[in-house]
Amino acid sequence: MISPNLSAVFYLISGILFILALRGLSSPDTSRQGNYLGIAGMIIAILVTFLSIGNFSVSLVYVFVFLIIGGAIGSFIAFRIPMTAMPELVAGFHSLVGLAAVFVAIAAFLSPSVFNLGEVGNIKLASLIEMSIGVAVGAITFSGSIIAFLKLRGIMSGAPITFTGQHYLNLILGVAIFLLVFYLCKTQTANIFWILILISFLVGVLLIIPIGGADMPVVISMLNSYSGWAAAGIGFTLENTALIITGALVGSSGAILSYIMCKAMNRSFFSVILGGFGADSSSKDTNDSKEQKPVKSGNAEDAAFLMKNASSVIIVPGYGMAVAQAQHALREMVDKLKKSDIKVTYAIHPVAGRMPGHMNVLLAEANVPYDEVFELEDINNDFANADVAFVIGANDVTNPVAKTDPKSPIFGMPVLDVEKSKSVLFVKRSLSPGYAGIDNELFYKENTLMLFADAKKMTEDIVKNLD
Amino acid sequence: MDIDPFIFRLSIFILSIFVGYYVVWSVTPSLHTPLMSVTNAISSVIIVGAIIAALAGSSEKVFGLSSLFGYAAIILAAINIFGGFLVTQRMLQMYKKKKDKK
Repeated sequence: MISPNLSAVFYLISGILFILALRGLSSPDTSRQGNYLGIAGMIIAILVTFLSIGNFSVSLVYVFVFLIIGGAIGSFIAFRIPMTAMPELVAGFHSLVGLAAVFVAIAAFLSPSVFNLGEVGNIKLASLIEMSIGVAVGAITFSGSIIAFLKLRGIMSGAPITFTGQHYLNLILGVAIFLLVFYLCKTQTANIFWILILISFLVGVLLIIPIGGADMPVVISMLNSYSGWAAAGIGFTLENTALIITGALVGSSGAILSYIMCKAMNRSFFSVILGGFGADSSSKDTNDSKEQKPVKSGNAEDAAFLMKNASSVIIVPGYGMAVAQAQHALREMVDKLKKSDIKVTYAIHPVAGRMPGHMNVLLAEANVPYDEVFELEDINNDFANADVAFVIGANDVTNPVAKTDPKSPIFGMPVLDVEKSKSVLFVKRSLSPGYAGIDNELFYKENTLMLFADAKKMTEDIVKNLD
Repeated sequence: MDIDPFIFRLSIFILSIFVGYYVVWSVTPSLHTPLMSVTNAISSVIIVGAIIAALAGSSEKVFGLSSLFGYAAIILAAINIFGGFLVTQRMLQMYKKKKDKK
């Protein structure tokens, strides 16, 4: 049994440890230590909670049992999940945070006296407002993350789902949430609380279904942010500093990531949220121009020859690499090239893949040292000096149209200057346009050699030909 | 007149947003995926609320409705805490420098 003041101090300490955990991520060297600090913060928070309640009845046994069950499931998932499935794992985890927030809010609503919030039917006004914000954001996070999970997992099509009046419906539901919170505070009726939760679930679904696959980096970051705000809302209700600090940290973290992702696509946050991008893909001119323009295509032998005679190669990985699981074969190829004293680096576009940093994790998994991997702004000038740019599974992020054609939907988006290198090897299954639904000019350039194949298979073939 | 404690909490909240803002901007882009998984883990500190709710019931009412929601939230948050920290650790182990592999 410890006093509320003392436990508040400990919650503050665990909040600080969480800040340090994030701080550690500023470099891979300090990141592991940061993660331990985060774990320490969590242990402190949980222990202090037990000590401050001091009610060691039978319920305590159940608490430990459920803690262990959850912990076992979590550990099992963490060890078994393949790195290519990280985006859906993170989406899944977000949904759990959201649902946990909803459950805690429900518990607080049902027995407010436990949390010192007043009595049933007479909950303190401020607590009720905080609670309903927490529960609404939590519910939106939950259902939205479930949809994101289904889309990333491929259970649901990644194509945007739109219908007429969609935005109006969202608007009406949004207004409804505000009205319900208002009436809930006025009347304290349980039914309104349940309806609020249901509508929030619905909003979460409606918010994510119109957003297409390649916009997922923004969606995941946004849901990350929401999960933080939900936690903060509950933190205010429970008057818990650790939760408030953490919620604010996570909320701003997700918001910054969404901002970075939007900027990397040169799209406003609102246009991503409103969705439908790429839905009316393959604009008319792609069909008739396709046949006319000549495309040079080659095989693994040509590619191996080109790279063997190069002195520097830049690899541009994209989502296609993740789908084909080509990262290990790619590393093998790079090892061979490096043995022949060819300088190889990796260029990563911020929105390559389905979540922020997706490509970096996959390359790290394949044992690529992180000091060979560069971000867009750090490497873009090097393409002019590179002999070969090896584009594997990326498309729109290399499209020079973004720099030249103001009418293009991706105009203004920062792209990798792949076309500046002496020759471009483009591994792709077909000439089909990428997510933005536009043709990539790069396919028809003089110095581009298209390698039509599955990314993994092609890379393996190149490795064979490098001997 | 005393200041409402809410204002104190609000101050902590706002200041934390600023701390978060500057800390997260300093995170290297190559670690953005571990950033997301670790923020996931730490936001599950919501488990403290779940524990309070679960322990609320007196000995006779171990399975009261709000305790049940507490237990459920404990499972969810525990999955996240263990899963989030461990998967972050697993990822961070993979980030290696040149000539550091063995």
